[in-house]
Amino acid sequence: MATIWDADEVKSSRASGRESGYTLPAVARPVTARNRRRLGPGPAIPFGLQIGPALLVLLWVAGSAFGWIDPRILSAPWTVIEAFARLIEQGRLQDNFVTSATRALLGLSIGLVIGTILAVTAGLSRIGEALIDGPVQIKRAIPTLALIPLLILWFGIGEGMKVTTIALAVIIPIYIHTHNALRSIDSRYVELAETLRMSQKDFIFQVVLPGALPGFLLGLRFAVTLCWVSLVVVEQINATSGLGYMIELARNYGQTDVILVGLVVYVLLGLVSDGLVRLLERRVLSWRRTLAN
Amino acid sequence: MAPHPSQLKSASRTVHVRNLMRRFAAKTILNRVDLDIAEGEFVALLGRSGSGKSTFLKALAGLDHDVEGTGTLEAPENLSVVFQDARLLPWRTVIQNVTLGLQGAAGQEAGRKALAEVGLEGREAAWPNQLSGGEQQRVALARSLVRQPSLLLADEPFGALDALTRLKMHDLLRELCARHRPAVLLVTHDVDEAISLADRILVLDDGHLIENLRIDLPTPRDHGDPRFAKIRTQLLSRLGVETPGRRAA
Repeated sequence: MATIWDADEVKSSRASGRESGYTLPAVARPVTARNRRRLGPGPAIPFGLQIGPALLVLLWVAGSAFGWIDPRILSAPWTVIEAFARLIEQGRLQDNFVTSATRALLGLSIGLVIGTILAVTAGLSRIGEALIDGPVQIKRAIPTLALIPLLILWFGIGEGMKVTTIALAVIIPIYIHTHNALRSIDSRYVELAETLRMSQKDFIFQVVLPGALPGFLLGLRFAVTLCWVSLVVVEQINATSGLGYMIELARNYGQTDVILVGLVVYVLLGLVSDGLVRLLERRVLSWRRTLAN
Repeated sequence: MAPHPSQLKSASRTVHVRNLMRRFAAKTILNRVDLDIAEGEFVALLGRSGSGKSTFLKALAGLDHDVEGTGTLEAPENLSVVFQDARLLPWRTVIQNVTLGLQGAAGQEAGRKALAEVGLEGREAAWPNQLSGGEQQRVALARSLVRQPSLLLADEPFGALDALTRLKMHDLLRELCARHRPAVLLVTHDVDEAISLADRILVLDDGHLIENLRIDLPTPRDHGDPRFAKIRTQLLSRLGVETPGRRAA
């Protein structure tokens, strides 16, 4: 900020000095030609990321306290906390949470395994790529939501359909990012492996797979987010248990406080799972950290 | 004058190349190249960029999969390549990079010894990107040596290093070669580097070998030696650089 101001100061005082012919008045701070207009966003604000959400919560509290927000539209924060306590007391929140988490984890795991196998097969062999890549790209073009009617016909409305929907959604980012990473392994490393006369097995396990790991982990982050999104979709369309069902039921009875409890749980799940993947990333990719950081 | 390649007995030669041709999309990169390298001989290959140096080295290393070509080429199976970039796998530690593809405890032990030889004892567990450029290139040297190659191919291995590090690397390479006695083909565009290291210097120009010069100066070689300067002038003129006022150092 100061830099910009200084730069302007220099420009304007020089101009005025030339026109009027007076000597420049002494400025409060020595201004030198080294000051350039800063183009970057500048230094980080402490706790910058927390400011936006905190402000929103503050607005919510104030709005509810002063009666600006109709509780039928949005329950007050304290009502939501009460609802939270009540749902835990009744055991409904825990039960629904366990049901949802089981679906999500099962779908994620299945999708993860299938997506990785497909990516490695397509990434390591031309035949595999010819057979797999096309269908996956086509699947990618179909929104998961649009597949649900078909999946209901095939699997009914039970757990099978829900887990399949989640797995099908998860496969895509895992496949895309892992496959891309496998294909963009530096050809110089391939040359190196050839001169070292590495076996095919060593080449895959020492060079190709570790090299593709950053791509896989990026895919995993997208997959985790997508897994929660698909969970919400399947639970609100056809379910008799789970967080989405709880929210859907609350809508029928106009309980905005319960809806908000469900949303808060979704937020926490999303943030915690993303944090876990990032932690994993830092552990596994420790080679990326250099002395500098 | 160096003996004509054909005068070398086949038992003592490591590399045997006759009439080697390499073409890239209708352009002839190597044209009737003949070369023999004796066991333990240090040969430097000079040439301007685009003269075919790297193509020749790739041919010897067996890395030119999609290149058209004819000719006789005999090189030992047991060869190592040092590239211009250290080419270490960033996701493997230093010792893992040195022992890449080697099996068992014997490989580990040999890897540790090779690292000690290049002066990197104690850095086994470091990641490559924690090392300086010179250190990375030393790891690459260790990775080559641990395989006890009978032929070491080096493609401008010190080209990316600063001048001071480069001089230190010359000493190290000279010392390692004296101990392990591999035949060496060093591709470089640095004339002084070639003169200070090699037993014999070749100049490649437009796909032809146009110079084959044995260097009989005692080692370590003094850059200020008038004979050194004379050879330098001779080689530079072969490379198309005329040096009328060049300081005799």
